Amino acid sequence: MSTNDQSAAATAEERIVRITVNGTAMSGIAEPRLLLHDFLRHELELTGTHAGCEHGVCGACTIRLNGEVVRSCIMFAVQADGASIETVEGMANNGVLHPIQVAFQEEHGLQCGFCTPGMLMATQTLLEENPDPSEDEIREYLSGNICRCTGYVGIVASVKSAAKKLSVIQSNANGKA
Amino acid sequence: MKPAAFKYVRAATVPEAASLLAEYGDEAKVLAGGQSLIPMMSMRLARPEVLVDIARIPGLNEIEANGVLTIGATTTQSAVIRSDVVSAFAPIIGVALGHVGHVGNRSRGTFGGTVAHADPASEMPAVLLALDAEIIATGPSGQRTIAVEDFFVTTFETALADDEVLTSIRLLAPTGNACWSFNEVARRHGDYALVGVAATAELDGAGKVTKARIALSGVSDTPVRVKEAEESLIGKTLSDGAKVAGEIVSSSIDPPGDFHATKQYRIEVAGAIVTRALNEMADQKGTR
Ligand SMILES: Cc1cc2nc3c(=O)[nH]c(=O)nc-3n(C[C@@H](O)[C@H](O)[C@H](O)COP(=O)(O)OP(=O)(O)OC[C@H]3O[C@@H](n4cnc5c(N)ncnc54)[C@H](O)[C@@H]3O)c2cc1C
Ligand code: FES
Ligand code: FES
Repeated sequence: MSTNDQSAAATAEERIVRITVNGTAMSGIAEPRLLLHDFLRHELELTGTHAGCEHGVCGACTIRLNGEVVRSCIMFAVQADGASIETVEGMANNGVLHPIQVAFQEEHGLQCGFCTPGMLMATQTLLEENPDPSEDEIREYLSGNICRCTGYVGIVASVKSAAKKLSVIQSNANGKA
Repeated sequence: MKPAAFKYVRAATVPEAASLLAEYGDEAKVLAGGQSLIPMMSMRLARPEVLVDIARIPGLNEIEANGVLTIGATTTQSAVIRSDVVSAFAPIIGVALGHVGHVGNRSRGTFGGTVAHADPASEMPAVLLALDAEIIATGPSGQRTIAVEDFFVTTFETALADDEVLTSIRLLAPTGNACWSFNEVARRHGDYALVGVAATAELDGAGKVTKARIALSGVSDTPVRVKEAEESLIGKTLSDGAKVAGEIVSSSIDPPGDFHATKQYRIEVAGAIVTRALNEMADQKGTR
């Protein structure tokens, strides 16, 4: 193993990474060691995804990759080549907040907002998998997303409220069909 | 961009991965889900010059059961948890995997990675020890089978050679009326456990134990079996033997102490969760 950065740098070749982000095909240049959250933030200029601990512990960098919750700080951009990614930027529709975002706003699911993009992406996936989660299920699912402000009570209330909003939208849609 | 620079190669086949590993020797590392390796690289605890990404090798993420259960190394932990085949064959695997990190780690982290990483605090090595699993490795000169008892050497070190890829994990179906239990104590859900136990047993018609395996995580530099405690159960019902087996475990292990828990605390927790696991076990039927 090398103790010398330069010799290693000489072997590291940059490459083009192509991903679909929130439905739009995008590409950028990444050397292999570029982490996915840095690629999203600096290369694609999508700064909604936050960088917290940058070693996989806090969940601030949570995105969805091919529909699954993933931590973008412990994945290299080159590993994501060809993937379909969703970030918090894709949640609102033409300036109208997503029902999950509205629920977080109404139920005080955020204060400083640092953890919020990750919380929202994880919540969206939770509610797709389990549309009516219990408090225990919510706490377990979000256990990998750390919030230093809210004390989590507001977040649990937000997720419950979001579940209700989404089920009403769903049943209205079913009624119309 | 925290890790040191490295060369990235995405292997298309297992033989290609093995020959790349042989070519670069100990400067190369396999990259699977990256959930342990990438944080270690970001903290500069690991500095490989070459990463051989095996995550997209076709066929390496398949689960198959035909008398024997085979789980491909790159199957994600989430996919293993969701697999009906795995939960029918060995329900303990999905239950224990639910304790490995958080959902956002399990979606990328692989089944093979949690075994090859060989963290003594990790759940899956202890589970595989309790299940008497076999580990299949492929190197430049072909494939070999390693018994789980011989696989874990010490912290972060396994019987895999530098040029070998762990390709699958294999489990044989047990013969008797089998049951299982998994239990652990962690400071928070998703944290590495302070101590964990995976136990399996086979019972006769009267509910008496004919075979038992008790494996612990977090108490040594590898997962460990406590054979004396296993033997103490033979000929007894699980509930009759549970207390004594827990006491034997407490008196025979020599766990480390650290800022998460003292040695004495781990000794007591280990005994308590072994007793708890054995008491719960009779209700948890399953091939294993
Ligand atoms: C916040 C957090 C919490 C966690 N909590 C837990 C926990 O509670 N319990 C637990 O067990 N783990 C935990 N982990 C680690 C777990 O998530 C990893 O998935 C696992 O340890 C490694 O799997 P991986 O596929 O990500 O492997 P990688 O990180 O890609 O690789 C890990 C090591 O194994 C080697 N390797 C991987 N696959 C192979 C293979 N097929 N053949 C040969 N070598 C291989 C690599 O070269 C590397 O040395 C946690 C991680 C994080 C970030
Ligand atoms: S920034 Fe990725 S988990 Fe903390
Ligand atoms: S709102 Fe500040 S960290 Fe969660």
